[in-house]
Amino acid sequence: MMASISNAISALWPEPLRLVLFVVGIMSFVGANAAYLVWVERKGAARFQRRPGPTEVGWAGLLQPIADAAKLMSKQLIVPAGVDRTLFRVAPLLMMSPALMSLAVIPFGQHLAARNINVGLLMIFAFGSVNVMAIMLGGWSSRNKYAIISAARVVSQNVAYEIPMLLVVITMIMVTGTMNLNEIVLQQAGGFWHWNFFRVWVNPLMPVTFLIFYTCMLAETNRAPFDMAEAESELVAGAYTEYSGMGFGVFFMAEYSNILLGCALATALFLGGWQSPIGHLLGNWQSTIDVLIGLFWFLVKMYFLIFSVVWIRWTFPRTQFYGLLNLSWKILIPVSLFTLILSSAMMKLFR
Amino acid sequence: MLVKDQLKTEVSADGAPRETFVINLGPQHPATHGVLRVKMTMDGEYIVRAEPVCGYIHRMQEKMGENRTYAQFLPNTSRIDYLSAMTYTHGFVGAVERAAKLQVPPRAEYIRVITSELNRISSHLVWWGAFLLDLGGFTPLLYAFDDREKILDLLEGITGSRLTYSYFRIGGLYNDVDDTFINGTRAFVAQMRPRLKMYRSLVTDNIILRKRLIEIGPISKEMCRKYGATGPVIRGSGVAYDVRRVEPYSAYPEFDFVVPTFEEGDSMARYLVRMEEMAQSLRIIEQALDKLASGPVMAEKVPRVLKLPAGDYCYAVEAARGRFAVRIVSDGKEIPYRVKLRTPSLSNLSLFEEASAGMLLPDALALMGSLDLVIPDIDR
Amino acid sequence: MKNSLKEIATGFNSLVTGMRITLGQFFKPSVTVQYPHESLKMPERFRGHIVLVRDPETGKAICFACKLCERACPSDCITVEGAKLEGAKKKSVTQYVLDFTKCSLCGSCVEACRDGAIRYSHEYNLASTNKDDYIMDLFKRLEDERLEAERLEGSPKSEVRSPKAEAPRQETKAADQPSTPNSQPPGTPK
Repeated sequence: MMASISNAISALWPEPLRLVLFVVGIMSFVGANAAYLVWVERKGAARFQRRPGPTEVGWAGLLQPIADAAKLMSKQLIVPAGVDRTLFRVAPLLMMSPALMSLAVIPFGQHLAARNINVGLLMIFAFGSVNVMAIMLGGWSSRNKYAIISAARVVSQNVAYEIPMLLVVITMIMVTGTMNLNEIVLQQAGGFWHWNFFRVWVNPLMPVTFLIFYTCMLAETNRAPFDMAEAESELVAGAYTEYSGMGFGVFFMAEYSNILLGCALATALFLGGWQSPIGHLLGNWQSTIDVLIGLFWFLVKMYFLIFSVVWIRWTFPRTQFYGLLNLSWKILIPVSLFTLILSSAMMKLFR
Repeated sequence: MLVKDQLKTEVSADGAPRETFVINLGPQHPATHGVLRVKMTMDGEYIVRAEPVCGYIHRMQEKMGENRTYAQFLPNTSRIDYLSAMTYTHGFVGAVERAAKLQVPPRAEYIRVITSELNRISSHLVWWGAFLLDLGGFTPLLYAFDDREKILDLLEGITGSRLTYSYFRIGGLYNDVDDTFINGTRAFVAQMRPRLKMYRSLVTDNIILRKRLIEIGPISKEMCRKYGATGPVIRGSGVAYDVRRVEPYSAYPEFDFVVPTFEEGDSMARYLVRMEEMAQSLRIIEQALDKLASGPVMAEKVPRVLKLPAGDYCYAVEAARGRFAVRIVSDGKEIPYRVKLRTPSLSNLSLFEEASAGMLLPDALALMGSLDLVIPDIDR
Repeated sequence: MKNSLKEIATGFNSLVTGMRITLGQFFKPSVTVQYPHESLKMPERFRGHIVLVRDPETGKAICFACKLCERACPSDCITVEGAKLEGAKKKSVTQYVLDFTKCSLCGSCVEACRDGAIRYSHEYNLASTNKDDYIMDLFKRLEDERLEAERLEGSPKSEVRSPKAEAPRQETKAADQPSTPNSQPPGTPK
């Protein structure tokens, strides 16, 4: 009996440890990124505007996010009178959690996916819908005219942009034949010409598909030029008006975590995930150094996409609200339907 | 949730009842460029009525005019509209010179034109940056301020200040310009033209901006005439009214420039008028630098204690925002009896109420930005 | 249909052009002058607050309290008093107070003075937490300057500094001000 117990323990032992390591790893990754993406954004914005950006706190301003976090934490968490107390407190957490949970299925490297779920892609989008609800709750429970107007706008914006996003993802599922993100990445092995971005023999409009996905990702995370929720010069601070201190801080972090998730997803789906663009550089992929190289390429691609998100924010003005909805309903949905039908036709014809 | 009694039920034009509430686009607001309060009665996102309430920065400039001599009032004129201070001083100084029949030497006239046009460019740059800031594009503001910095450095080299110049004097200028200024201005004109091209491709051609401005906030010619709107507002609605052409003053008749006019009357037309005006100002500056005569910069025999003969005198200039006119009523003493300042922003603001009825809030803000209001100019 | 496709194409093109321009600006150097680590040199004609000018021959102030500046000022911020010393032909200034809280830097006083007794200074570092620092006694300042110069025995005349004690931690760019000791006059209210 002791032998069977020790057998059972030794079979189970690596898995809980692995899960714990992954949980800690993902949470610290998201935490560090949410803080330091603020630094990237401020420095990036400054360089685009030809000024230095934060330089005082730490070398090149690298301790600035820590100073900001300390400031936010030292502020009083004001819960205004008359708000719905539970919803008010829960809303920021609800916005942060889907991003954290969805990162469990993203393959950061060869064996670096926390859980290799067969319906990983579906799970990510299921969790993504919680974001919409979170902002609505945040705006609604604030008991403030501006917050409600802003929350209502955000809901209609997010719903409008989920549809083309899902159509694009359906196209990709059809093209790759699987919802398992790790397998999607494995299909893109070889050089960069094998990436899904360049897979034009199946779907000739693949770069357009990527652009639609990218635009929908910007709109889902409420980034400029689609940032009606935080339109500063119009409605003070929009849906987050009544949040002070760390409540606002968590919303901010949640926004950056969502950007992180969206760019990670775009990398895995279209840009080959952790595959190196120059093909099989080193022979077999089992050794540790290759896993690290995979992680390196994944991070390079993801951060390049994040840089382009920052770049777009500081270049363009805000779209008009009905222009935003027009873009989604009248342009993106027809085009993504067209690519879906086109790729299914191509797959049928050239099977 | 909104408290029920904050909502009022009104009957709209077609007889259907609608619930409205009142929002203050308060005196403190990032989009109103100063202390202007707009009381908006809103039906959801649509504006039913927008009522501007001004007076938060009333400084009694006209009353100060009744208590200061002509030379002492001169610094006040720079502070009425601090963004185009030179042109406002020009208006006042021109009125006094016209009354006292002083002959301003030609070199002074040319330098007045050069500095006024530089001021116009810097005012339009501020307008452009702030307008885009309202619309959500944060970067062009800093590019505009980079260019504006060069203008301010040039003008600081001759006048000593950067915003409220007090450079003109009754009868001429305070002091002469030096070669640094002339060479610096030529260099500035040379580097500003590619910058304007860059602004064109970065912002003016941008599809997002075009969607935001085209056909937003249409103002017809009749509305402009009714409210007395001048400047880029009326030139964007198809009427080619420019004080430099209609009532020529100073050295402007000698220069060859185009008065940009666009027919559409929407915010995009007003935007394009101002961008084109910057290019035309560069042309005027170049011509003035080429024609710069030598000679004194101050008229001879300007009395130290200036007493204008009794009467009513008027002078109008084309400031960056529109027509600025000064009317001086003198009773023979060294202190005027009345100084009336006709400022363009008040007339431009007055058509906001009628033009914004039925618009969405962000569109109304785009309209207000395109009117280019400077609030101290409204309140004086 | 064709129009809308064309519009989409030109629209997309304009977005790409805009992004290319911003990326170009990304790699250009920053135009900011990092005040207070660096500062700029003021131009020659910069209009700072006025200071009295010393006559190099007699060593005293040129001003003889004719009060033209006081009359010319639109904001009533100058107070001049003078007295005739024995054996002198003209008055000498005994008190010259500038109320800088009202001054608008218009320059009417400098222009009105016929003898060049006042000039602009180049000071702009004038922040203080005490209102009394702005009631500037220019005559006293001139005297203190003279005493300071005598104390240093012939070093070049120092630029007049603000009454606020510590100079900010500026390493001035291109040595716009000669290095002088902190000329805080004794007894200045802090």
